[in-house]
Amino acid sequence: MIEVFHLVPALLIGALAVYTTVARDTFAATVGFIAYGLMLTVAWVQLHGVDVALTESAIGGGLTGLLLVRASAKLRATEAAARAERPRASTRLAAAILAAAVSAGLAIAVLALPDPAPTLAPEVLANMGPTGVGNPITAVLMAFRATDTLLEAIVLLLALVGVWSLAPDRVWGGRPGPRYNADPDGILAFIARVLPPIGIIVGIYIFWVGADDPGGKFQGATIVAAMWLLVLMAGLTDAPPISRRLLRAGLVAGPVAFIAIGFAGVATAGAFLAYPDGWSKPLILVVEFALMPSLALTLGLIMAGAPERAEAASPREAAP
Amino acid sequence: MNAATVFGLLATALVGVGLYGFIVNPQPLRKILAFNVIGSGVFLLFGAIARRGAALGLGGDPVPQALLITGIVVAFSATALAVTVLLRLFDETGSTTLSSGVAPSASEPDPAKARE
Amino acid sequence: MSTLVDLFSYVAIGAGAIFFLAGTVGLLRFPDTLTRLHALTKADNLGLGLVVLGLLPHVAGVLPALKLIAIWLLVLLSGADASQLIARAARRGEPRSRPGP
Repeated sequence: MIEVFHLVPALLIGALAVYTTVARDTFAATVGFIAYGLMLTVAWVQLHGVDVALTESAIGGGLTGLLLVRASAKLRATEAAARAERPRASTRLAAAILAAAVSAGLAIAVLALPDPAPTLAPEVLANMGPTGVGNPITAVLMAFRATDTLLEAIVLLLALVGVWSLAPDRVWGGRPGPRYNADPDGILAFIARVLPPIGIIVGIYIFWVGADDPGGKFQGATIVAAMWLLVLMAGLTDAPPISRRLLRAGLVAGPVAFIAIGFAGVATAGAFLAYPDGWSKPLILVVEFALMPSLALTLGLIMAGAPERAEAASPREAAP
Repeated sequence: MNAATVFGLLATALVGVGLYGFIVNPQPLRKILAFNVIGSGVFLLFGAIARRGAALGLGGDPVPQALLITGIVVAFSATALAVTVLLRLFDETGSTTLSSGVAPSASEPDPAKARE
Repeated sequence: MSTLVDLFSYVAIGAGAIFFLAGTVGLLRFPDTLTRLHALTKADNLGLGLVVLGLLPHVAGVLPALKLIAIWLLVLLSGADASQLIARAARRGEPRSRPGP
């Protein structure tokens, strides 16, 4: 009986993966990918990874899906030319054989996994006490493997630098994306006014409960960034020019605070990112509170894309 | 068949489907999409392994689960960068073809169209 | 008492599932975008409401119950708005066979 609840989502996920691969229309394939990401969320819940489920639905399905859908709408004109480049049947067959072989090899590995499975769960539980955090995943992210989290925040920042550096020279330092002009009395403007207050509270809530329950800064920051994108797309506000000092300071504030606390650990606890006894919880809180706004800003600006317009001259907003 | 086995096997299928799409689809955007399917398959496989490590009342081994969250965020960063490179390529050339042998007439750069 | 509560949950969640099924059949069978949206939003909003109603007696405490209701209200809000946006886009695209880039 229980197996039905595993098999049905598994079959749906597999079918959606096939659909995103074989659909003729790229736009349809990207929409299928969003549905695929949302269905994967169900798989994560059934694997008892609720934190991962939140991340998958927010970032894997939501942000990545939006990125791909938008790009496919922009690239619609290239669809016809690409059809002519479809590889020959022999190539497709070879690719199918290769893919099947890889799948089969992995499947054998899955069926031959050692029993009992190796696990670090007892170690995490045994050492969680001093961190003062109730959610074991947050304890791993912020204490036992804090280096990963620091590097992850920096990877996001580097991705943003990469995205920005792809701007043509003439608009460098300008505003990302097009200026959206939605109907100011339309439904999009309506929801962009109603939803953000709720969404920001939900985002902060998800961030806050991450200490003891599923949730955390990445998931919360994604929701907050999504609210900003909604307001942006409804045309209620414009994206800031990327040359603004305050904006750049906001982007690096979180990682800088994290690195500073890391180096403080060298002096006070003898290792990079080590927390002195009894200071774990407050220091983790400081890092989380510094990181969350920076992450929301970074995610939002990555989604806004490379600068496309030179900064409109506005005397008060001119970059120093 | 428990959840870890069902989704572990699904994960291997996803890697295969994604790999096939990555090779066969000529459009770079479809390759990025297929690469994300491969990535989610790898994540799911890791998640199934995490589930097998359930112990002491925890539903799964928290260490791989935490690494998965990091992985999903890094995959998003890479996808965002790849999509932006692709859009810039389209802006510059009016085409996104990866094939060097395509006749220019098939994908004539059209600056007016590219600036849309 | 608990059997009665369980029975109530079964009926409510079962009815919700039937509404979801009806909405999905409408999505697949109706002829154009507007009627499909109609089937999807009307039936699914009610279906989710019934599922939430069926789950309410089983959550511990008032706060989780309020969260469930909040989820339903948020889905109502976003579903209604998203279907409006899709409908508008569909009407704009009507004269042409396909929306342009």
